[in-house]
Amino acid sequence: MSETTIKLEVFRYRPDNGGPTFQSYDVPYHDDWVVLDALNYVKNYIDGSLSFRWSCRMGVCGSCGMQVNGEPSLTCAAFLRDHLPGPVRVEPLTNFPVERDLVVDMNGFMEKLDHVKPYLVREDEADDLSAEYLQTPVQLDRYKQFSMCINCMLCYAACPVIGRVDDFIGPAALALAQRYNLDSRDQGKQMRQDVIFQNEGIWECTFVGECSEVCPKHVDPAGAIQQAKLEGAVDYYKRLLMPWARRS
Amino acid sequence: MGRLHPLPGVPKITFVNEIRHDILIIGAGGAGLRAAMAVVEANPDLSIGLVSKVYPMRSHTVAAEGGMAAVIKGNDAREHHIYDTISGSDWLADQDAVEMFVDEAPRELIQLEHWGCPWSREDSGHVAVRPFGGMQIERTWYAADKTGFHVLHALFQTSLQFSQITRYDEYFATSLITADGRCQGCVALELRTGKLHVLRANAVIICTGGFGRIFPFTTNGSIKTGDGLALAYRAGVALKDMEFVQYHPTGLPGTGILITEASRGEGGILLNTENRRYLQDYDLGEPLDIHDPRHPENRTMELGPRDRLSQAFMHEQAAGRTFQGDYGDYVHLDVRHLGERLIDTRIPFVRELASNYAGIDPVVEPIPVRPVVHYMMGGIDTDVHGLTTLPGLYAAGECACVSINGANRLGSNSLTELVVFGARAGRHAAAAVNGQQLADGPEVDRQLSAERDRIEELRARPSGGERIAVIRDDLTTAMEAGAGIFRDEASLSACCGTLRELEDRVTRISLDDSSPVYNTELISALELDCMVDISQALAHAALDRTESRGSHQRTDYAARDDANYLKHSMAYRTDGDPRIEYKDVVITRWPPAERVYGSSGEKDGK
Repeated sequence: MSETTIKLEVFRYRPDNGGPTFQSYDVPYHDDWVVLDALNYVKNYIDGSLSFRWSCRMGVCGSCGMQVNGEPSLTCAAFLRDHLPGPVRVEPLTNFPVERDLVVDMNGFMEKLDHVKPYLVREDEADDLSAEYLQTPVQLDRYKQFSMCINCMLCYAACPVIGRVDDFIGPAALALAQRYNLDSRDQGKQMRQDVIFQNEGIWECTFVGECSEVCPKHVDPAGAIQQAKLEGAVDYYKRLLMPWARRS
Repeated sequence: MGRLHPLPGVPKITFVNEIRHDILIIGAGGAGLRAAMAVVEANPDLSIGLVSKVYPMRSHTVAAEGGMAAVIKGNDAREHHIYDTISGSDWLADQDAVEMFVDEAPRELIQLEHWGCPWSREDSGHVAVRPFGGMQIERTWYAADKTGFHVLHALFQTSLQFSQITRYDEYFATSLITADGRCQGCVALELRTGKLHVLRANAVIICTGGFGRIFPFTTNGSIKTGDGLALAYRAGVALKDMEFVQYHPTGLPGTGILITEASRGEGGILLNTENRRYLQDYDLGEPLDIHDPRHPENRTMELGPRDRLSQAFMHEQAAGRTFQGDYGDYVHLDVRHLGERLIDTRIPFVRELASNYAGIDPVVEPIPVRPVVHYMMGGIDTDVHGLTTLPGLYAAGECACVSINGANRLGSNSLTELVVFGARAGRHAAAAVNGQQLADGPEVDRQLSAERDRIEELRARPSGGERIAVIRDDLTTAMEAGAGIFRDEASLSACCGTLRELEDRVTRISLDDSSPVYNTELISALELDCMVDISQALAHAALDRTESRGSHQRTDYAARDDANYLKHSMAYRTDGDPRIEYKDVVITRWPPAERVYGSSGEKDGK
């Protein structure tokens, strides 16, 4: 019995050996295979020189984001059956420099995460570890959605602003800032807002919402950005018009 | 598509200038990040190098689901957590280590809370807890069913504020540097450039996690290849209790994706083809009706320990009472009676995973599940400070064996172990380093050139040799056949023989990839070499232990044998087969007893 196959067209680039180019591979087709399974088949049994990142293959480590037929996707969650009859074109995430094949340079993204001070800021003198800070389920719900980001960077690939303004902090990092701003245990909002609103990109974000559409974890970074902008604008005018009434 | 990064311009592997830190940590998951911050807390003047083969948030801690055990509620007590852990371990845990673990757990979990972990809460604002298998009292803190994800991200994000921590993301540690009888650093391959770096320090803490990938069907991600264990093993440190492999009873057939034990903690039940809650037939107590307010009952039925539940599945399969599917036999995990609302608040990831990867909605259908390799109780032999027998070398987390897990780990103890022992190792290392002179000269130079030659030789091999994936398939097949849930002398001997052949075949691997940049095939070859080494330690330790205890079930030696085997196995690397020695278990106040589960189960051994 001949096995059903599907064609992959994979972006190849080796900085020491020319390119870029597309390479085609015929791989077995299985109804329950995801694109990552097909890439692993290539690497294991056809061409070991294909480079890509992956680990958990269950949609939580965030490593395996790529363009699948032009859409930013987690390849561990993109089923071949949704791309029949093929070919399936696999490319590195857009808006990132390409290091090699399907591997992009994440350093800029990592710096943006760092930039928004993504940790609880407290004014307490010393950390008293005898008891937890109280937080009701209602307070938890205020930021919970924005805490679900797996840093897969699909939203950066989808973002029309990142394509134009390179240093835009971007959807995931802004959602993360909002995650801490909305946390009842945090006291660092002012500091984060100052950082965020010095960044030009945020004013160019027009709430097109592509970032929220591609988010595999329904974090809704577009919503976070709009919330932050609204608060930032109110805050800005308050400080401008009523310097004596600084928001806490 | 974005810009293309040009070649950094290094055709051959070269060493770059030596980098020095006070402390190096290899692995940036939960244990590594906690260790790094413990060093900062203990002495903010120390510099820390954090080396990881992946970006920290990709570490496999991210995949842990159910929760983290610590005594926090008034109805619980340290004695209960200690007894549950020791009896769960089938008395192979070191009781002094368990006592420290239990005592330090609440403070560590509160620390995570103060670092922003979004724990699920009671209406009062206090953290909520839920029951897990093998517990008398519910004590598992949780962040819905993505606890590991939230813990890892909270640790990583918090760590960003400490300038003392220098990260080496996507650096693969290939070997340790030892000189003057101490561990003094490591050699690491930078994936992006293919350069070899010499990283020097007076203490090295290995936090590289587990090695489920030596089995074909595992919950573990692709990075769980046991590299850290191999580093220590090759440096002469023993691997302890390697024969104890935890099969989690509820993985999705095919992918091996985990369906968390929290699904049973919330009331989910296991059913065979006759729609019977078959666990009642395996000394795990009597089932309560699913609508009885006392269901699920702690330490009973579906809340029995993992080893016993996975073994029960095997008996059901042998009796023909399991379902047959494309990816092997399975039983049903039924959570329908919990209702959509509870499923969506307490175990939303279960619904997401079952829908995406098994194509079923647990709100209306039972979930197909089967036992899957999940966790390794064994690892690098350490004391309660995470210190190994090689001065300067520490280990913490799943890669280490302190041991608190003995022959079977309790669900929700492993995340707690990461932070308790990550912090202990960090503190001890911080106190121990004192600007000691790092050795230079021939002893170090020899190691560096040997390491460069080893990697150059692998890269330069002519094509047409063995294929990585083929050897890896043969390895995992041999492990499952020889060292699976049930083992005997014949299966283990055959496995050891196959591993011997694989050790030879690994030296004949050839690579398709000649590029220095992101040569992931080269990394896979180095990982496979590690997998073969530690698999041998596992198989030989299993062959030598002629008793059944916890997760180690020998069909030819069905009983526990305390007279001869109330001992840790210690596997040492040699030029031939591993040498297996034994070390006594530390017993403080809980003499070995029978493990009893079900409502007749004793409490605290009384």
